Amino acid sequence: MASSTSKRPGIAWYTMLIGLSLVFVAPLVWMFLTSFKTRNEALAIPPTFLPEEFSTKGYQTILGDDSQAPVLTWFLNSLLAAVGHTVLVLAVASGAAYALARMEFPGKKLIFGVIISTLLIPSFVLLIPNYLIVDSLQWIDTPLALIVPGAAGAFGVFFLRQFFTSLPPDLEEAAVLDGANHFQIFVKIVLPLSKPALATLAVLSFLSNWNDFIWPIYVMFSPENMTLPPGLATLQGAYGIDYHVLMAGAVITAVPVLALFLFTQRYVIEGVSRSGLKG
Amino acid sequence: MARNPTKAHTRWFTPYVFLAPYLVLFSVFVLAPAVYGLWISLHEWDYMLPSQPWVGLDNYVDLFDSESLVFGDFWSSMSATGIFTVASVPFLVVIPLGIALLLNRKFPGRNVFRAIYFAPYVLGVAVVGLLWRFLLDPNIGGVNYLLGLLGLPDDIAWVNSLPWGWIALVGMTVWWTLGFNAVIYLAGLQDVPRHLYEAAELDGATAWQRFWHVTLPGLRPVTAFVVTVTILASANMFGQSYLVTQGAPGDDTRTAIMYIAEEGLRAFRMGNAAAMGFVLALILGVISVLNFRLLRYKE
Repeated sequence: MASSTSKRPGIAWYTMLIGLSLVFVAPLVWMFLTSFKTRNEALAIPPTFLPEEFSTKGYQTILGDDSQAPVLTWFLNSLLAAVGHTVLVLAVASGAAYALARMEFPGKKLIFGVIISTLLIPSFVLLIPNYLIVDSLQWIDTPLALIVPGAAGAFGVFFLRQFFTSLPPDLEEAAVLDGANHFQIFVKIVLPLSKPALATLAVLSFLSNWNDFIWPIYVMFSPENMTLPPGLATLQGAYGIDYHVLMAGAVITAVPVLALFLFTQRYVIEGVSRSGLKG
Repeated sequence: MARNPTKAHTRWFTPYVFLAPYLVLFSVFVLAPAVYGLWISLHEWDYMLPSQPWVGLDNYVDLFDSESLVFGDFWSSMSATGIFTVASVPFLVVIPLGIALLLNRKFPGRNVFRAIYFAPYVLGVAVVGLLWRFLLDPNIGGVNYLLGLLGLPDDIAWVNSLPWGWIALVGMTVWWTLGFNAVIYLAGLQDVPRHLYEAAELDGATAWQRFWHVTLPGLRPVTAFVVTVTILASANMFGQSYLVTQGAPGDDTRTAIMYIAEEGLRAFRMGNAAAMGFVLALILGVISVLNFRLLRYKE
């Protein structure tokens, strides 16, 4: 609204913004504070806000030697899967996107059309056949099951192709005059110019893999091979209503992605609003 | 030649070399499973059995035959997904639009607020589910405690009774995901042409009239996108029910995806489950097309 954009918003406006912020932040603060309470205090009625007695018992319980759950191992598994997945996505999607954005060849339209049309296939349709394919590759219960299949999605190619297409051709033309081939142009010109897009895709890929839930609960069964999200589901069974322990597990899972978001929120939010496709 | 792709020295196979690694993955984990899934759905595909006999459309027919073993469970899970979708989508469209309007002004701290509203979306369903399972605990949970402070009933069984289970699942999902739609609406608001507002103001339009006659029509393509994407996301609901209500009470909050995954990947009745997946996908496809047409071309 033209008139309102020029006016500075008033007190009521700020009150609403801040009130809403509390709704979003309070549950996260509550999770964080509860993870530093003792068992009794976490279960106290009425609840306390700040921990009366600051305790790291919840963390010791799940990270210690007699833990019923190898949370540290899950953390490392999550990290390995998310980093591996992200690297693979960037490597394969950028090459494909470069060919589709900057080269002419027979079959280009067909290939691009088929890739894009699979964005419309709901992921649950692929769940069962992919399980059987991963099983026949003997990848069930191995990190490969978490890293590779997810990198086949069309989103990364689509996203990078849009960006590569928008790059100005001048630099490439200069490089061609200097006798550069496509591999040199790709590595020395296109990739460096595309850092923002590559960073956005990297963060989105990392987040989605780190948070993935439905696939890992069915393809990973050994406790020592699990990632954090399915691990948290089993913590609920192991620690019942020991909410200080459960919240410690939730904090360990949430902090890496919240920290990543804190430092890269510009990329994440702009990536989402520009493409809006990674749902 | 600026419009043409680069005329670097190109051998005929160069583009295919760039494409090959991706296309291998794409063929094995997207194209092949899409076709393979259809094939599986035409068989009695019990993972535990030595053979998987061809049964044609029987798995599909079973889903529509009230005498079959899967009929009741399948449609009750479909109706759970339907209830969740119908209950969550309006909130996930209207509230984000309101937030986008709230943020669509120039003021210091705008990006901070945008990031705060978006933050829960970067968490996974496992964290969100565990957190809300705690907050909704009938005895020691923060939600019932707050209700008590306000003088409201403070002993609501959020996770194992109706309609509270649905209210809990919808509420936590709105909290978790609305930042995504808000960010898309906010980007959409930037594209509504400025001059339309100026013209409306010259005509003496009130703020409400400007919203109704300029903003909303200007947002129509964005709304078509948001509504479609949100319906699809809600129809994919799995983790919230799996973690928080565990389908309770009874199987009332067991969603279609939860049932399909359990049938296919726990009970290993994969032919059944694959057929269910395609039926759900078909229904969603029809809904998406209808709703895109309605929102896009209605003038």
